[in-house]
Amino acid sequence: MTTATYSISRSSPATRIAALAGFLVLAALVAAPWWAGRADMRLLSEIFLYLSLACLWNLLAGYAGLVSVGQQAFVGFGGYMLFALAIFAGLSPLAAIPIAGLLGALVAVPVAFLIFRLRGAYFAIGTWVIAEVFRLSFAQVSSLGGGSGTSLPVAIVRSMASSRSMREATTYWLALGMAVLVLAVIYLLLRSRNGLALTAIRDSEVASNSFGIDIWRHKFIVYVVTAGLTASTGALIFLQKLRISPDAAFSVNDWTAFVIFIVVIGGIGTLEGPIIGVIVFFLLRETLADLGTTYLLLLGLVAIVVMLKAPRGIWGFVKDRTGLELFPLSRRVVDENQKNGK
Amino acid sequence: MAPVLELKDVSKSYGAITVADQLSYQLDQGEALGVIGPNGAGKTSMFNLITGTVRADSGQIVFGGEDITRHSAARRCRLGVARSFQIPQPFSGMTVFENVLVAATHGAKLPAQKANRHCLEMLQLTGLIDRANDVSGSLTLLGRKRLELARALCAQPKLLLLDEIAGGLTENECHSLVETINTIRATGISIIWIEHIVHALLSVVDRLIVIDFGRKIAEGDPKETMASREVQEIYMGVDADA
Repeated sequence: MTTATYSISRSSPATRIAALAGFLVLAALVAAPWWAGRADMRLLSEIFLYLSLACLWNLLAGYAGLVSVGQQAFVGFGGYMLFALAIFAGLSPLAAIPIAGLLGALVAVPVAFLIFRLRGAYFAIGTWVIAEVFRLSFAQVSSLGGGSGTSLPVAIVRSMASSRSMREATTYWLALGMAVLVLAVIYLLLRSRNGLALTAIRDSEVASNSFGIDIWRHKFIVYVVTAGLTASTGALIFLQKLRISPDAAFSVNDWTAFVIFIVVIGGIGTLEGPIIGVIVFFLLRETLADLGTTYLLLLGLVAIVVMLKAPRGIWGFVKDRTGLELFPLSRRVVDENQKNGK
Repeated sequence: MAPVLELKDVSKSYGAITVADQLSYQLDQGEALGVIGPNGAGKTSMFNLITGTVRADSGQIVFGGEDITRHSAARRCRLGVARSFQIPQPFSGMTVFENVLVAATHGAKLPAQKANRHCLEMLQLTGLIDRANDVSGSLTLLGRKRLELARALCAQPKLLLLDEIAGGLTENECHSLVETINTIRATGISIIWIEHIVHALLSVVDRLIVIDFGRKIAEGDPKETMASREVQEIYMGVDADA
Protein backbone atom coordinates (compact mmCIF):
# COMPACT_ATOMS: atom_id res chain seq x y z
CA MET A 1 0.00 0.00 0.00
CA THR A 2 1.48 3.32 -0.98
CA THR A 3 0.35 6.86 -0.37
CA ALA A 4 3.08 8.50 -2.39
CA THR A 5 0.75 8.92 -5.35
CA TYR A 6 -1.66 11.21 -3.50
CA SER A 7 -1.19 14.81 -2.56
CA ILE A 8 -3.31 17.49 -0.93
CA SER A 9 -4.19 20.64 -2.86
CA ARG A 10 -5.70 23.70 -1.24
CA SER A 11 -6.30 25.97 -4.21
CA SER A 12 -8.16 25.64 -7.49
CA PRO A 13 -8.47 27.72 -10.67
CA ALA A 14 -11.59 29.33 -9.21
CA THR A 15 -9.83 30.42 -6.02
CA ARG A 16 -6.90 31.82 -8.00
CA ILE A 17 -9.21 33.84 -10.25
CA ALA A 18 -11.16 35.00 -7.17
CA ALA A 19 -7.93 36.07 -5.46
CA LEU A 20 -6.87 38.08 -8.51
CA ALA A 21 -10.31 39.68 -8.84
CA GLY A 22 -10.30 40.38 -5.11
CA PHE A 23 -6.98 42.23 -5.30
CA LEU A 24 -8.17 44.30 -8.28
CA VAL A 25 -11.39 45.26 -6.48
CA LEU A 26 -9.41 46.07 -3.34
CA ALA A 27 -7.00 48.29 -5.31
CA ALA A 28 -9.92 50.15 -6.88
CA LEU A 29 -11.55 50.59 -3.46
CA VAL A 30 -8.33 51.88 -1.88
CA ALA A 31 -8.21 54.50 -4.62
CA ALA A 32 -11.86 55.54 -4.11
CA PRO A 33 -11.08 58.95 -2.52
CA TRP A 34 -9.71 59.97 -5.96
CA TRP A 35 -12.63 58.73 -8.05
CA ALA A 36 -15.72 58.58 -5.82
CA GLY A 37 -17.93 61.35 -4.55
CA ARG A 38 -18.47 62.14 -0.89
CA ALA A 39 -21.86 60.39 -0.75
CA ASP A 40 -20.52 57.29 -2.49
CA MET A 41 -17.66 57.04 -0.01
CA ARG A 42 -20.02 57.32 2.92
CA LEU A 43 -22.14 54.54 1.45
CA LEU A 44 -19.09 52.37 0.76
CA SER A 45 -17.84 52.89 4.33
CA GLU A 46 -21.19 51.80 5.64
CA ILE A 47 -21.06 48.71 3.42
CA PHE A 48 -17.58 47.82 4.72
CA LEU A 49 -18.64 48.17 8.33
CA TYR A 50 -21.75 46.04 7.75
CA LEU A 51 -19.57 43.50 5.95
CA SER A 52 -17.32 43.38 8.97
CA LEU A 53 -20.26 42.90 11.37
CA ALA A 54 -21.79 40.25 9.11
CA CYS A 55 -18.56 38.23 8.79
CA LEU A 56 -18.13 38.34 12.56
CA TRP A 57 -21.70 37.27 13.27
CA ASN A 58 -21.31 34.49 10.70
CA LEU A 59 -18.19 33.22 12.48
CA LEU A 60 -20.07 33.29 15.77
CA ALA A 61 -23.37 31.74 14.67
CA GLY A 62 -22.45 29.92 11.46
CA TYR A 63 -19.32 28.19 12.72
CA ALA A 64 -19.25 28.24 16.52
CA GLY A 65 -23.02 27.74 16.77
CA LEU A 66 -23.34 30.75 19.08
CA VAL A 67 -26.54 32.35 17.81
CA SER A 68 -26.27 35.74 19.48
CA VAL A 69 -28.90 38.44 19.05
CA GLY A 70 -26.91 40.71 21.34
CA GLN A 71 -23.88 41.73 19.31
CA GLN A 72 -25.13 45.33 19.55
CA ALA A 73 -23.74 45.13 23.08
CA PHE A 74 -20.22 45.21 21.64
CA VAL A 75 -21.01 47.63 18.79
CA GLY A 76 -22.34 50.13 21.33
CA PHE A 77 -19.63 49.39 23.86
CA GLY A 78 -16.93 50.03 21.24
CA GLY A 79 -18.63 53.26 20.17
CA TYR A 80 -18.88 54.52 23.74
CA MET A 81 -15.27 53.54 24.48
CA LEU A 82 -14.13 55.60 21.50
CA PHE A 83 -16.01 58.65 22.80
CA ALA A 84 -14.85 58.12 26.38
CA LEU A 85 -11.19 57.61 25.43
CA ALA A 86 -11.22 60.65 23.14
CA ILE A 87 -13.10 62.97 25.49
CA PHE A 88 -11.73 61.95 28.92
CA ALA A 89 -8.30 60.51 28.12
CA GLY A 90 -7.59 62.90 25.28
CA LEU A 91 -6.63 60.02 23.00
CA SER A 92 -6.63 60.46 19.25
CA PRO A 93 -9.67 58.65 17.79
CA LEU A 94 -7.31 56.63 15.61
CA ALA A 95 -5.54 55.24 18.67
CA ALA A 96 -8.84 54.77 20.46
CA ILE A 97 -10.19 52.32 17.86
CA PRO A 98 -7.87 49.37 18.64
CA ILE A 99 -8.07 50.11 22.38
CA ALA A 100 -11.87 50.04 22.17
CA GLY A 101 -11.52 46.63 20.52
CA LEU A 102 -9.21 45.38 23.25
CA LEU A 103 -11.60 46.59 25.95
CA GLY A 104 -14.48 44.93 24.09
CA ALA A 105 -12.61 41.62 24.14
CA LEU A 106 -11.85 42.06 27.84
CA VAL A 107 -15.45 42.77 28.80
CA ALA A 108 -16.51 39.74 26.72
CA VAL A 109 -14.61 37.39 29.07
CA PRO A 110 -16.90 37.69 32.12
CA VAL A 111 -19.92 37.94 29.79
CA ALA A 112 -18.91 34.62 28.18
CA PHE A 113 -18.59 32.89 31.56
CA LEU A 114 -22.08 34.09 32.36
CA ILE A 115 -23.98 33.30 29.17
CA PHE A 116 -22.13 30.13 28.15
CA ARG A 117 -24.18 28.46 30.84
CA LEU A 118 -27.17 28.91 28.52
CA ARG A 119 -27.90 26.95 25.34
CA GLY A 120 -29.80 27.51 22.11
CA ALA A 121 -32.74 29.89 22.39
CA TYR A 122 -31.86 30.69 26.00
CA PHE A 123 -28.39 31.74 24.90
CA ALA A 124 -29.86 33.98 22.19
CA ILE A 125 -32.22 35.73 24.59
CA GLY A 126 -29.45 35.92 27.21
CA THR A 127 -27.20 37.85 24.83
CA TRP A 128 -30.04 40.27 24.11
CA VAL A 129 -30.59 40.82 27.83
CA ILE A 130 -26.87 41.52 28.27
CA ALA A 131 -27.07 44.10 25.47
CA GLU A 132 -30.00 45.79 27.21
CA VAL A 133 -28.00 45.87 30.44
CA PHE A 134 -25.20 47.61 28.54
CA ARG A 135 -27.65 50.12 27.06
CA LEU A 136 -29.22 50.94 30.41
CA SER A 137 -25.80 51.22 32.05
CA PHE A 138 -24.44 53.68 29.50
CA ALA A 139 -27.66 55.69 29.74
CA GLN A 140 -26.72 56.30 33.40
CA VAL A 141 -23.36 57.89 32.56
CA SER A 142 -24.23 61.58 32.65
CA SER A 143 -20.75 62.68 31.56
CA LEU A 144 -21.44 60.89 28.25
CA GLY A 145 -24.81 62.58 27.87
CA GLY A 146 -26.92 59.99 29.73
CA GLY A 147 -29.99 58.87 27.85
CA SER A 148 -29.79 61.54 25.16
CA GLY A 149 -26.16 60.92 24.18
CA THR A 150 -23.33 63.18 23.16
CA SER A 151 -21.36 64.42 20.15
CA LEU A 152 -17.66 64.12 19.50
CA PRO A 153 -16.18 67.60 20.30
CA VAL A 154 -15.20 69.59 17.21
CA ALA A 155 -11.60 69.98 18.41
CA ILE A 156 -11.15 66.19 18.51
CA VAL A 157 -12.71 65.76 15.07
CA ARG A 158 -10.45 68.48 13.64
CA SER A 159 -7.36 66.90 15.21
CA MET A 160 -7.81 63.80 13.07
CA ALA A 161 -6.82 65.40 9.76
CA SER A 162 -5.98 68.78 8.31
CA SER A 163 -9.00 69.11 6.04
CA ARG A 164 -12.52 67.76 5.84
CA SER A 165 -11.81 65.77 2.69
CA MET A 166 -8.70 64.30 4.29
CA ARG A 167 -10.71 63.32 7.37
CA GLU A 168 -13.38 61.69 5.22
CA ALA A 169 -10.76 59.80 3.25
CA THR A 170 -9.20 58.64 6.55
CA THR A 171 -12.45 57.30 7.97
CA TYR A 172 -13.16 55.66 4.61
CA TRP A 173 -9.80 53.87 4.62
CA LEU A 174 -10.30 52.85 8.23
CA ALA A 175 -13.65 51.26 7.35
CA LEU A 176 -12.12 49.47 4.37
CA GLY A 177 -9.17 48.39 6.51
CA MET A 178 -11.53 47.05 9.16
CA ALA A 179 -13.41 44.90 6.64
CA VAL A 180 -10.14 43.59 5.19
CA LEU A 181 -8.75 42.89 8.67
CA VAL A 182 -11.88 40.98 9.72
CA LEU A 183 -11.93 38.95 6.50
CA ALA A 184 -8.21 38.18 6.85
CA VAL A 185 -8.52 37.12 10.50
CA ILE A 186 -11.48 34.85 9.78
CA TYR A 187 -9.87 33.44 6.64
CA LEU A 188 -6.62 32.59 8.45
CA LEU A 189 -8.53 31.16 11.40
CA LEU A 190 -10.68 28.93 9.21
CA ARG A 191 -7.65 27.71 7.24
CA SER A 192 -5.81 26.66 10.40
CA ARG A 193 -6.31 23.50 12.47
CA ASN A 194 -8.55 25.53 14.77
CA GLY A 195 -10.67 26.33 11.73
CA LEU A 196 -10.95 22.63 11.00
CA ALA A 197 -12.21 22.18 14.56
CA LEU A 198 -14.69 25.04 14.22
CA THR A 199 -16.06 23.66 10.97
CA ALA A 200 -16.43 20.27 12.66
CA ILE A 201 -18.26 21.88 15.58
CA ARG A 202 -20.56 23.57 13.04
CA ASP A 203 -21.50 20.17 11.59
CA SER A 204 -21.73 17.97 14.71
CA GLU A 205 -20.93 18.89 18.30
CA VAL A 206 -21.29 15.32 19.55
CA ALA A 207 -18.84 13.95 17.01
CA SER A 208 -16.33 16.78 17.36
CA ASN A 209 -16.24 16.34 21.12
CA SER A 210 -15.66 12.60 20.63
CA PHE A 211 -12.73 13.35 18.33
CA GLY A 212 -10.63 15.41 20.67
CA ILE A 213 -12.06 18.90 20.16
CA ASP A 214 -12.53 21.03 23.26
CA ILE A 215 -15.78 22.70 22.23
CA TRP A 216 -16.00 25.13 25.15
CA ARG A 217 -12.49 26.48 24.55
CA HIS A 218 -13.07 27.01 20.82
CA LYS A 219 -16.38 28.75 21.40
CA PHE A 220 -14.88 30.94 24.10
CA ILE A 221 -11.99 32.07 21.89
CA VAL A 222 -14.34 32.80 19.00
CA TYR A 223 -16.70 34.74 21.28
CA VAL A 224 -13.94 36.91 22.72
CA VAL A 225 -12.18 37.58 19.40
CA THR A 226 -15.52 38.37 17.75
CA ALA A 227 -16.45 40.74 20.57
CA GLY A 228 -13.14 42.61 20.24
CA LEU A 229 -13.43 43.05 16.48
CA THR A 230 -17.11 43.96 16.79
CA ALA A 231 -16.23 46.65 19.35
CA SER A 232 -13.56 48.05 17.01
CA THR A 233 -16.11 48.11 14.20
CA GLY A 234 -18.55 49.85 16.55
CA ALA A 235 -15.94 52.47 17.36
CA LEU A 236 -15.53 53.14 13.64
CA ILE A 237 -19.27 53.30 13.05
CA PHE A 238 -19.66 56.05 15.64
CA LEU A 239 -16.52 57.83 14.54
CA GLN A 240 -18.30 58.20 11.22
CA LYS A 241 -21.56 59.32 12.81
CA LEU A 242 -19.75 61.72 15.20
CA ARG A 243 -22.65 61.34 17.61
CA ILE A 244 -23.64 58.56 19.98
CA SER A 245 -26.70 57.81 22.12
CA PRO A 246 -27.69 54.63 23.97
CA ASP A 247 -30.62 53.90 21.65
CA ALA A 248 -28.50 54.25 18.50
CA ALA A 249 -25.48 52.47 19.96
CA PHE A 250 -27.33 49.42 21.29
CA SER A 251 -29.96 49.14 18.54
CA VAL A 252 -30.94 45.51 18.01
CA ASN A 253 -32.41 46.41 14.60
CA ASP A 254 -29.38 48.16 13.16
CA TRP A 255 -26.55 46.02 14.52
CA THR A 256 -28.11 42.57 14.79
CA ALA A 257 -31.37 42.16 12.83
CA PHE A 258 -29.97 43.58 9.57
CA VAL A 259 -26.74 41.67 10.11
CA ILE A 260 -28.60 38.37 10.58
CA PHE A 261 -30.59 39.17 7.41
CA ILE A 262 -27.34 39.67 5.48
CA VAL A 263 -25.76 36.43 6.70
CA VAL A 264 -28.86 34.27 6.27
CA ILE A 265 -29.56 35.61 2.76
CA GLY A 266 -25.94 35.28 1.69
CA GLY A 267 -25.32 31.84 3.18
CA ILE A 268 -24.58 31.11 6.81
CA GLY A 269 -21.53 29.01 7.63
CA THR A 270 -19.60 30.02 4.51
CA LEU A 271 -16.97 32.72 4.19
CA GLU A 272 -18.44 33.93 0.90
CA GLY A 273 -22.02 34.19 2.23
CA PRO A 274 -21.75 37.50 4.13
CA ILE A 275 -20.07 39.16 1.13
CA ILE A 276 -22.93 38.15 -1.18
CA GLY A 277 -25.46 39.05 1.51
CA VAL A 278 -24.10 42.53 2.11
CA ILE A 279 -24.23 43.28 -1.64
CA VAL A 280 -27.84 42.07 -1.87
CA PHE A 281 -28.85 44.00 1.24
CA PHE A 282 -27.43 47.32 0.04
CA LEU A 283 -28.82 46.85 -3.48
CA LEU A 284 -32.27 46.38 -1.95
CA ARG A 285 -31.83 49.28 0.42
CA GLU A 286 -30.55 51.73 -2.16
CA THR A 287 -33.30 50.92 -4.67
CA LEU A 288 -36.22 50.44 -2.28
CA ALA A 289 -35.57 52.57 0.81
CA ASP A 290 -37.78 55.38 -0.56
CA LEU A 291 -40.78 53.08 -0.18
CA GLY A 292 -40.70 53.50 3.62
CA THR A 293 -42.28 50.69 5.56
CA THR A 294 -42.99 48.77 2.35
CA TYR A 295 -39.21 48.38 2.07
CA LEU A 296 -39.08 46.50 5.36
CA LEU A 297 -41.98 44.31 4.24
CA LEU A 298 -40.04 43.51 1.05
CA LEU A 299 -36.93 42.64 3.08
CA GLY A 300 -39.05 40.23 5.10
CA LEU A 301 -40.46 38.75 1.90
CA VAL A 302 -36.97 38.24 0.44
CA ALA A 303 -35.89 36.55 3.67
CA ILE A 304 -38.90 34.20 3.60
CA VAL A 305 -38.40 33.27 -0.06
CA VAL A 306 -34.70 32.58 0.42
CA MET A 307 -35.35 30.49 3.53
CA LEU A 308 -37.92 28.39 1.65
CA LYS A 309 -36.11 28.05 -1.66
CA ALA A 310 -32.47 28.10 -0.52
CA PRO A 311 -32.29 27.41 3.20
CA ARG A 312 -28.51 27.67 3.15
CA GLY A 313 -28.59 31.08 1.52
CA ILE A 314 -27.62 32.25 -1.94
CA TRP A 315 -24.05 31.03 -1.64
CA GLY A 316 -25.12 27.71 -0.13
CA PHE A 317 -27.44 27.26 -3.13
CA VAL A 318 -24.61 27.96 -5.61
CA LYS A 319 -22.06 25.85 -3.71
CA ASP A 320 -24.36 22.81 -3.45
CA ARG A 321 -24.87 22.80 -7.21
CA THR A 322 -21.44 23.74 -8.49
CA GLY A 323 -19.00 22.95 -5.67
CA LEU A 324 -17.61 26.42 -6.31
CA GLU A 325 -15.42 28.02 -3.66
CA LEU A 326 -13.85 31.48 -3.78
CA PHE A 327 -11.62 31.26 -0.71
CA PRO A 328 -9.15 28.34 -0.75
CA LEU A 329 -10.31 26.72 2.49
CA SER A 330 -10.93 23.14 1.43
CA ARG A 331 -8.34 20.39 1.10
CA ARG A 332 -8.67 18.30 -2.03
CA VAL A 333 -7.03 14.93 -2.48
CA VAL A 334 -5.28 14.77 -5.85
CA ASP A 335 -4.30 11.48 -7.44
CA GLU A 336 -0.88 12.25 -8.94
CA ASN A 337 -0.96 9.19 -11.22
CA GLN A 338 -4.19 10.25 -12.86
CA LYS A 339 -3.03 13.84 -13.12
CA ASN A 340 0.23 12.90 -14.84
CA GLY A 341 -0.83 9.73 -16.63
CA LYS A 342 -3.84 10.90 -18.58
CA MET B 1 0.01 -7.33 31.36
CA ALA B 2 -2.28 -4.64 32.71
CA PRO B 3 -5.68 -4.49 31.01
CA VAL B 4 -6.14 -1.65 28.50
CA LEU B 5 -9.63 -0.95 29.81
CA GLU B 6 -11.32 -1.79 33.07
CA LEU B 7 -14.88 -1.00 34.13
CA LYS B 8 -15.51 -1.28 37.87
CA ASP B 9 -19.15 -1.32 38.98
CA VAL B 10 -20.16 1.38 36.51
CA SER B 11 -23.77 2.49 36.89
CA LYS B 12 -25.92 5.04 35.13
CA SER B 13 -29.62 5.69 35.19
CA TYR B 14 -32.02 8.26 33.82
CA GLY B 15 -34.74 8.48 36.44
CA ALA B 16 -36.30 5.05 36.67
CA ILE B 17 -34.48 3.73 33.58
CA THR B 18 -31.18 2.04 34.31
CA VAL B 19 -28.83 1.82 31.34
CA ALA B 20 -25.79 0.52 33.22
CA ASP B 21 -26.11 -1.54 36.40
CA GLN B 22 -22.88 -2.36 38.26
CA LEU B 23 -21.15 -3.10 34.97
CA SER B 24 -17.68 -4.61 35.39
CA TYR B 25 -15.24 -6.19 32.98
CA GLN B 26 -11.69 -5.97 31.69
CA LEU B 27 -10.26 -5.80 28.21
CA ASP B 28 -6.71 -6.96 27.57
CA GLN B 29 -4.19 -5.35 25.27
CA GLY B 30 -4.93 -6.37 21.67
CA GLU B 31 -8.07 -8.26 22.60
CA ALA B 32 -11.29 -8.07 20.61
CA LEU B 33 -14.45 -8.20 22.68
CA GLY B 34 -17.91 -8.68 21.22
CA VAL B 35 -21.02 -7.25 22.86
CA ILE B 36 -24.54 -8.49 22.19
CA GLY B 37 -27.89 -7.90 23.81
CA PRO B 38 -31.43 -6.94 22.87
CA ASN B 39 -32.36 -3.44 21.71
CA GLY B 40 -32.38 -1.00 24.58
CA ALA B 41 -30.17 -3.24 26.73
CA GLY B 42 -27.66 -0.43 27.28
CA LYS B 43 -24.95 -1.35 24.78
CA THR B 44 -24.60 2.07 23.16
CA SER B 45 -24.98 3.66 26.60
CA MET B 46 -21.96 1.63 27.69
CA PHE B 47 -19.99 3.17 24.79
CA ASN B 48 -21.21 6.62 25.78
CA LEU B 49 -19.90 5.99 29.28
CA ILE B 50 -16.51 4.75 28.04
CA THR B 51 -16.05 7.63 25.58
CA GLY B 52 -17.30 10.27 27.99
CA THR B 53 -20.31 11.49 26.01
CA VAL B 54 -22.20 10.56 29.19
CA ARG B 55 -20.78 10.56 32.74
CA ALA B 56 -21.25 7.58 35.06
CA ASP B 57 -23.34 8.03 38.22
CA SER B 58 -21.00 5.73 40.11
CA GLY B 59 -18.17 3.29 39.52
CA GLN B 60 -14.83 3.72 37.87
CA ILE B 61 -13.47 3.52 34.32
CA VAL B 62 -9.73 2.93 34.00
CA PHE B 63 -8.00 3.24 30.64
CA GLY B 64 -4.31 2.39 30.22
CA GLY B 65 -3.86 2.52 33.99
CA GLU B 66 -5.41 6.02 34.23
CA ASP B 67 -8.73 6.74 35.90
CA ILE B 68 -10.74 8.49 33.15
CA THR B 69 -14.15 8.42 34.86
CA ARG B 70 -14.27 12.25 35.10
CA HIS B 71 -12.35 13.07 31.90
CA SER B 72 -14.12 14.92 29.07
CA ALA B 73 -14.86 13.04 25.84
CA ALA B 74 -12.26 15.13 24.02
CA ARG B 75 -9.54 14.24 26.53
CA ARG B 76 -10.39 10.53 26.38
CA CYS B 77 -10.07 10.61 22.60
CA ARG B 78 -6.66 12.25 22.88
CA LEU B 79 -5.64 9.45 25.27
CA GLY B 80 -6.60 6.87 22.64
CA VAL B 81 -10.30 6.00 22.82
CA ALA B 82 -12.15 6.36 19.51
CA ARG B 83 -15.57 5.19 18.44
CA SER B 84 -17.85 4.79 15.49
CA PHE B 85 -21.41 6.00 15.97
CA GLN B 86 -24.31 3.60 15.49
CA ILE B 87 -26.22 6.35 13.69
CA PRO B 88 -23.46 7.89 11.58
CA GLN B 89 -22.52 11.41 12.69
CA PRO B 90 -20.40 12.69 9.82
CA PHE B 91 -19.32 16.34 9.67
CA SER B 92 -21.83 16.56 6.86
CA GLY B 93 -20.70 19.82 5.27
CA MET B 94 -17.08 18.68 5.04
CA THR B 95 -15.50 16.30 2.57
CA VAL B 96 -14.62 12.73 3.48
CA PHE B 97 -10.95 13.67 3.71
CA GLU B 98 -11.66 16.66 5.97
CA ASN B 99 -13.79 14.44 8.21
CA VAL B 100 -10.94 12.06 8.91
CA LEU B 101 -8.45 14.92 9.12
CA VAL B 102 -10.37 16.30 12.11
CA ALA B 103 -9.71 13.04 13.96
CA ALA B 104 -6.05 12.97 12.95
CA THR B 105 -5.29 16.58 13.90
CA HIS B 106 -7.42 16.88 17.04
CA GLY B 107 -7.84 13.30 18.22
CA ALA B 108 -4.36 11.99 17.44
CA LYS B 109 -2.75 15.47 17.59
CA LEU B 110 -0.65 14.74 14.52
CA PRO B 111 1.25 17.58 12.80
CA ALA B 112 -0.09 18.58 9.37
CA GLN B 113 2.10 16.43 7.10
CA LYS B 114 1.81 13.30 9.22
CA ALA B 115 -1.93 13.82 9.57
CA ASN B 116 -2.38 14.05 5.80
CA ARG B 117 -0.35 10.88 5.25
CA HIS B 118 -2.13 8.91 7.97
CA CYS B 119 -5.55 9.98 6.66
CA LEU B 120 -4.72 8.94 3.11
CA GLU B 121 -3.57 5.54 4.38
CA MET B 122 -6.74 5.00 6.40
CA LEU B 123 -8.94 6.07 3.48
CA GLN B 124 -7.19 3.46 1.34
CA LEU B 125 -7.59 0.81 4.03
CA THR B 126 -11.32 1.48 4.34
CA GLY B 127 -11.86 1.78 0.59
CA LEU B 128 -12.93 5.41 0.69
CA ILE B 129 -10.01 6.96 -1.15
CA ASP B 130 -12.01 7.45 -4.36
CA ARG B 131 -14.64 9.35 -2.39
CA ALA B 132 -12.10 11.53 -0.56
CA ASN B 133 -13.32 14.78 -2.13
CA ASP B 134 -17.04 14.04 -1.84
CA VAL B 135 -19.07 15.96 0.70
CA SER B 136 -19.72 13.40 3.43
CA GLY B 137 -23.41 14.25 3.59
CA SER B 138 -23.77 12.78 0.08
CA LEU B 139 -22.45 9.31 0.99
CA THR B 140 -24.55 6.14 0.92
CA LEU B 141 -25.17 4.14 4.10
CA LEU B 142 -22.18 1.88 3.38
CA GLY B 143 -20.06 4.97 2.71
CA ARG B 144 -21.13 6.53 6.00
CA LYS B 145 -20.34 3.35 7.92
CA ARG B 146 -16.93 3.17 6.34
CA LEU B 147 -16.37 6.82 7.15
CA GLU B 148 -17.24 6.15 10.79
CA LEU B 149 -14.58 3.45 10.82
CA ALA B 150 -11.99 5.53 8.93
CA ARG B 151 -12.51 8.54 11.17
CA ALA B 152 -12.12 6.46 14.32
CA LEU B 153 -8.91 4.93 12.94
CA CYS B 154 -7.49 8.36 12.07
CA ALA B 155 -7.62 9.26 15.75
CA GLN B 156 -4.90 6.56 16.17
CA PRO B 157 -6.79 4.78 18.94
CA LYS B 158 -5.44 2.22 21.38
CA LEU B 159 -9.05 1.22 21.97
CA LEU B 160 -11.53 1.15 19.11
CA LEU B 161 -15.26 1.01 19.86
CA LEU B 162 -17.45 -0.15 16.96
CA ASP B 163 -21.19 0.34 17.29
CA GLU B 164 -23.19 -1.82 14.86
CA ILE B 165 -20.81 -1.02 12.06
CA ALA B 166 -22.13 -3.95 9.97
CA GLY B 167 -25.81 -3.16 10.46
CA GLY B 168 -27.69 -2.71 7.19
CA LEU B 169 -24.88 -3.99 4.96
CA THR B 170 -25.20 -6.71 2.32
CA GLU B 171 -23.44 -10.08 2.72
CA ASN B 172 -20.52 -9.03 0.50
CA GLU B 173 -20.11 -5.63 2.11
CA CYS B 174 -20.19 -7.30 5.50
CA HIS B 175 -17.51 -9.77 4.43
CA SER B 176 -15.12 -7.06 3.28
CA LEU B 177 -15.77 -5.10 6.46
CA VAL B 178 -14.81 -8.14 8.56
CA GLU B 179 -11.58 -8.40 6.58
CA THR B 180 -10.82 -4.74 7.25
CA ILE B 181 -11.49 -5.14 10.95
CA ASN B 182 -9.22 -8.19 11.12
CA THR B 183 -6.47 -6.12 9.44
CA ILE B 184 -6.95 -3.46 12.11
CA ARG B 185 -6.79 -6.09 14.86
CA ALA B 186 -3.49 -7.33 13.52
CA THR B 187 -1.96 -3.91 14.25
CA GLY B 188 -2.55 -4.48 17.97
CA ILE B 189 -5.52 -2.15 18.52
CA SER B 190 -7.93 -3.40 21.17
CA ILE B 191 -11.53 -3.56 19.97
CA ILE B 192 -14.97 -3.66 21.53
CA TRP B 193 -17.62 -4.38 18.94
CA ILE B 194 -21.38 -4.18 19.44
CA GLU B 195 -23.12 -6.10 16.68
CA HIS B 196 -26.39 -7.84 15.90
CA ILE B 197 -24.93 -9.68 12.90
CA VAL B 198 -23.59 -12.54 14.98
CA HIS B 199 -21.65 -14.47 12.34
CA ALA B 200 -19.65 -11.34 11.48
CA LEU B 201 -18.98 -10.75 15.14
CA LEU B 202 -17.91 -14.32 15.83
CA SER B 203 -15.40 -14.29 12.99
CA VAL B 204 -13.48 -11.53 14.74
CA VAL B 205 -13.85 -11.50 18.51
CA ASP B 206 -11.98 -13.52 21.19
CA ARG B 207 -14.60 -13.11 23.87
CA LEU B 208 -18.26 -12.21 24.11
CA ILE B 209 -20.32 -10.45 26.75
CA VAL B 210 -24.08 -10.33 26.85
CA ILE B 211 -25.88 -7.29 28.24
CA ASP B 212 -29.52 -6.92 29.23
CA PHE B 213 -31.14 -4.16 31.30
CA GLY B 214 -27.70 -2.59 31.73
CA ARG B 215 -26.34 -5.74 33.42
CA LYS B 216 -23.74 -8.16 32.21
CA ILE B 217 -25.59 -11.47 32.18
CA ALA B 218 -23.06 -13.73 30.44
CA GLU B 219 -19.41 -13.64 29.46
CA GLY B 220 -16.93 -16.03 27.91
CA ASP B 221 -15.89 -17.87 24.76
CA PRO B 222 -18.02 -16.54 21.88
CA LYS B 223 -19.48 -19.84 20.66
CA GLU B 224 -20.14 -21.24 24.13
CA THR B 225 -21.72 -17.99 25.22
CA MET B 226 -23.99 -17.93 22.18
CA ALA B 227 -25.16 -21.43 23.06
CA SER B 228 -25.71 -20.61 26.73
CA ARG B 229 -29.15 -20.61 28.27
CA GLU B 230 -29.06 -16.88 29.09
CA VAL B 231 -28.56 -15.97 25.45
CA GLN B 232 -31.14 -18.47 24.23
CA GLU B 233 -33.67 -17.00 26.64
CA ILE B 234 -33.11 -13.47 25.39
CA TYR B 235 -33.02 -14.23 21.71
CA MET B 236 -35.31 -17.23 21.36
CA GLY B 237 -37.72 -16.43 24.15
CA VAL B 238 -37.09 -19.79 25.85
CA ASP B 239 -38.76 -19.88 29.22
CA ALA B 240 -36.39 -19.84 32.19
CA ASP B 241 -37.87 -23.06 33.55
CA ALA B 242 -37.90 -24.94 30.27
